[in-house]
Amino acid sequence: MQRRIPRILLAACLPALLLSACAEVKPWQKGELAKPAMQFDGDPLAARLAQHVYFSKEGASGGYGVGGGGCGCN
Amino acid sequence: MVLAATWGGCNAASVGQGAPEFELPGASAAVKLSELRGKVVYVDFWASWCAPCKQSFPWLNEMHARYRGLGLEIVGVNVDAKRSDADQFLAQVPARFTLAFDARGDTAGRYEAKGMPASFLIGRDGTIVAMHVGFRVEDKGRIEGEIRRALGVN
Repeated sequence: MQRRIPRILLAACLPALLLSACAEVKPWQKGELAKPAMQFDGDPLAARLAQHVYFSKEGASGGYGVGGGGCGCN
Repeated sequence: MVLAATWGGCNAASVGQGAPEFELPGASAAVKLSELRGKVVYVDFWASWCAPCKQSFPWLNEMHARYRGLGLEIVGVNVDAKRSDADQFLAQVPARFTLAFDARGDTAGRYEAKGMPASFLIGRDGTIVAMHVGFRVEDKGRIEGEIRRALGVN
């Protein structure tokens, strides 16, 4: 019986501990995030080209906000 | 933590309220807001990595040249963690107005800057007259109008 209390306490404290890792990044703290190395795509032009080929090949239309029927001609 | 965030929101800078005081290191001497009382102060938070900030500097220089004599003081508060980043930016885009350096972001935090750049127009009595987030070329005229009104020129 005596052992259960600390366990409950631990269970209650764990979310609080995890939450502390989710700090909000303020607008003036985004210097590191603004670095080129932090971008998902290395080169914007290459990324656009790859995306164009991707949606043409997939034959899906509108997935990236651009119409296309899979002919690769748009 | 959540409580602290909401609490911080309660005393955030807003139009009609007194501008939070700050004292920051400047380019040569310290910059203290209360020492500028009696002037119209345009506090602009900027960072070296912020593209619209780069766009805004020539316009800020223009406003400085035009209204300095009428009592306008532009204070560009840099929020870069590293001073060298700011210096590199300034080498490309020179600033002729007053600069201050808030490397820890304390002042930006007290003003609750909602984005970059964020600017606060402070009247001669020390109350905030207008606030802006971001910089768009089409807003130049409107902001200049606010500056003129705060200065009392028409």
